[in-house]
Amino acid sequence: MKTLKIVPVNTSIGFIRHRTVAMALSALLVVGSIVAFLANGLNFGIDFRGGTLIEASSESAVDLAELRDRLGALDLGEVQIQEFGKETDVLIRIAEKEGATDASNNLSAVERVRAELSSDFDVRRVEIVGPQVSAELIQTGVMAVLAAIASMLIYIWFRFEWQFSVGAVLALVHDVALTIGLFALLQLDFNLSILAAILTIVGYSMNDTVVVYDRVRENLRKYKKMDLAELLNIAINETLSRTVMTSVTTMLALLALYVLGGEVIRGFTFAMIWGVIVGTYSSIFIASPLLMMLGVKRDWSGTQVD
Amino acid sequence: MLHFSNFKITGIVLLLLLGLLFALPNFMREETRLSLPGIFPSGTLNLGLDLQGGSHLLLSVDTDAVQRERLEDLTSDIRLALRGERIGYSGLSRVAGGVSVTVRDSEDMEKAASVLQGLAQPVTSSVLTSFEQRADLSIENTEGQTFVLLVTEDAIAARNTRTVQQSIEIIRRRVDELGTTEPTIQRQGEKRILVQVPGLDDPERLKALLGQTAKMNFHLVDQTVSGYDVVNGKRPPAGSRLVYTDTEPQVPYVIRRRAMVSGERLVDASVGFDPQTNAPEVNFRFDALGGRKFGEVTQANVGRPFAIVLDEKIISAPIIQTAILGGSGRITGNFSVEEANDLAILLRAGALPAPMSILEERTVGPGLGADSVAAGRIALIIGFVAVIGFMIVSYSLFGLFANVALIANLVLIMAVLSGLQATLTLPGIAGIVLTVGMAVDANVLIFERVREELASGKNPIIAIDMGYSRALGTILDANVTTLLAAIILFQLGSGPIRGFAITLAIGIVTSVFTAFVLTRLLVSLWLRRQGKPEALPI
Repeated sequence: MKTLKIVPVNTSIGFIRHRTVAMALSALLVVGSIVAFLANGLNFGIDFRGGTLIEASSESAVDLAELRDRLGALDLGEVQIQEFGKETDVLIRIAEKEGATDASNNLSAVERVRAELSSDFDVRRVEIVGPQVSAELIQTGVMAVLAAIASMLIYIWFRFEWQFSVGAVLALVHDVALTIGLFALLQLDFNLSILAAILTIVGYSMNDTVVVYDRVRENLRKYKKMDLAELLNIAINETLSRTVMTSVTTMLALLALYVLGGEVIRGFTFAMIWGVIVGTYSSIFIASPLLMMLGVKRDWSGTQVD
Repeated sequence: MLHFSNFKITGIVLLLLLGLLFALPNFMREETRLSLPGIFPSGTLNLGLDLQGGSHLLLSVDTDAVQRERLEDLTSDIRLALRGERIGYSGLSRVAGGVSVTVRDSEDMEKAASVLQGLAQPVTSSVLTSFEQRADLSIENTEGQTFVLLVTEDAIAARNTRTVQQSIEIIRRRVDELGTTEPTIQRQGEKRILVQVPGLDDPERLKALLGQTAKMNFHLVDQTVSGYDVVNGKRPPAGSRLVYTDTEPQVPYVIRRRAMVSGERLVDASVGFDPQTNAPEVNFRFDALGGRKFGEVTQANVGRPFAIVLDEKIISAPIIQTAILGGSGRITGNFSVEEANDLAILLRAGALPAPMSILEERTVGPGLGADSVAAGRIALIIGFVAVIGFMIVSYSLFGLFANVALIANLVLIMAVLSGLQATLTLPGIAGIVLTVGMAVDANVLIFERVREELASGKNPIIAIDMGYSRALGTILDANVTTLLAAIILFQLGSGPIRGFAITLAIGIVTSVFTAFVLTRLLVSLWLRRQGKPEALPI
């Protein structure tokens, strides 16, 4: 039986040779992400900003302008209304009132919105996050991403050498930066599930990088005299087929989720899809070239070959 | 690598059968599942609130209020104790975390010290062992004849713990009255309580029930001064204070500070209807002591009004018509049936020891939950079929082995989730779908390696052997990193996110087993039948 090979056997693409191009492109993207983040900021969801979110669904298409007027009359402060997936569904966001200490303001707002919508809408979801909780969520969120990256740094250091560890973590920071940059650029809702996606991307991207690094280490033991650039290039090419295959299967699953999984997790899936693209790119074009720049130890004679 | 002893094969098969056994109840009808003999596992996946609908509330207990109350009590204890021993004092006042008092006569200093020392009680706490009994007060003679009594850290911690535990108990009673299935109520952190109630139609009512302290007391109305006069600036008589009704417009009343009967004496409350007007009312009953007290006070005050005060609002201020001796009474007000019902629930459950505020709410309607389950299922099936098809196209027979492993992996994930009684959330389903995509990674690594070894001219059996053994290190390294991320996610997450972390972590562990061990077994069995193949279908 003839099998499909997305990546032909025995490729020898000069990834390392073109490393300056890839590095420049990545540097540009990272700087662009930072600029987008500083200029636009993130469109924080209520998880991180506090406030109220209400998902409601109607029998017929919703007239957003009319609904805006109706809710505007309730004097709730800043209210955002947007279509949610279908034209019969809406997402209503009510901002946290200034100076609130718990969720009580938001609670009464929800009660009023519920009463207003009860005649023609079905309230499907209500989320209220008080200022105390949202501040903690930001804190734990930042801590979690840092802890994830730090634990990867330590694990790789332990299993490889410090150059690998630094290279892998830089690639990781690159992936996280680009994901945050995209969300800043497109002003997509940045909530807890996006944070979960970023942590998963950290795991996935690391997974990809480790596979290439493993092969680099193996080749370092095998070809003691080979030029480092060539050695790295061979390692990338040897693992290229696997890198692409795994990205494709993961992407197939993610696309199914994105298209069919429903509106609630679409943001999460979107972040993951982007993360898989970026993570795959970085483990090929960034992680290994970084080893080149950091200069790896060539004498592996003391270590055993398995 | 390719040799499996019969013992090992039996072990693998048994493990898979066990997985199947644990996963199976999820596919049974309710009646079949419940009629299973006791030795069979009958647990199913718990659907999270986001999938079955329900409310998640994070409450914060205002423990500061309890500590303030403690200081108030301490102040009056000091006053009583010093007076009782006829010790002159001045400057009895609150300081940060305690109370300070100055003894007038220096000759009384020694006596005062022992009297004040007598106020200290050992801290009763489950944290401290009986060997290290500590006092709840530290008493210091700071300067001159001034004593400062500070509530100790131990005492504060013990009291806060007790307050939160009592609150949980009261909340449980209130939530149970709503008749919902399996609410979860647990302490979180130092002074927070997490309440999760699945399948609730009316979350607003739950919040209304939980948001009230429900401290009810019966006070006599002070008729020496009108409430309106006090509103306009007149001082209420000593021992009396101003309280408003909960009606619109609010009516001011002056009531005696001291309660004639405390609400703690209530033993039962229920909804009834006024025989004449048929309006809903709340019937209540006191315990023996409360009933006797109520009888005495009403007997002495026939013709005078008294006030029923709930959370500092007067809900009713009736005139005492006759002495109420039976220990029971009724509250009439402008109640709807539901309001009367809720009040009865609150009175039955008892008052919260401290006020509570709601920090976070997440409510999902049952409709959205069902939609999410349906969407997750479809996404899982389609993603699964796509990956399976792709693996067969890419690796033919070996792809099929990987697919068998993938199915076994799904069964095992489901078995572990059911066995642990873990909660499946929407992000959890996403985690499973993602696992489907990533689980084949281990097989991809192995198969690619086998192809490489074949390409370098090795014979098929050796190529397979080396493929598996050389890929193992990589597989472990690669999966440990993802596992680390999942563990951190679990630490970070609340509800749904945790669900994702759990399925991801379980999926990683089971996938290493199915992809590395199970496919190897399948390949080895296939090789036994093939003898020595010239080429591999890979």
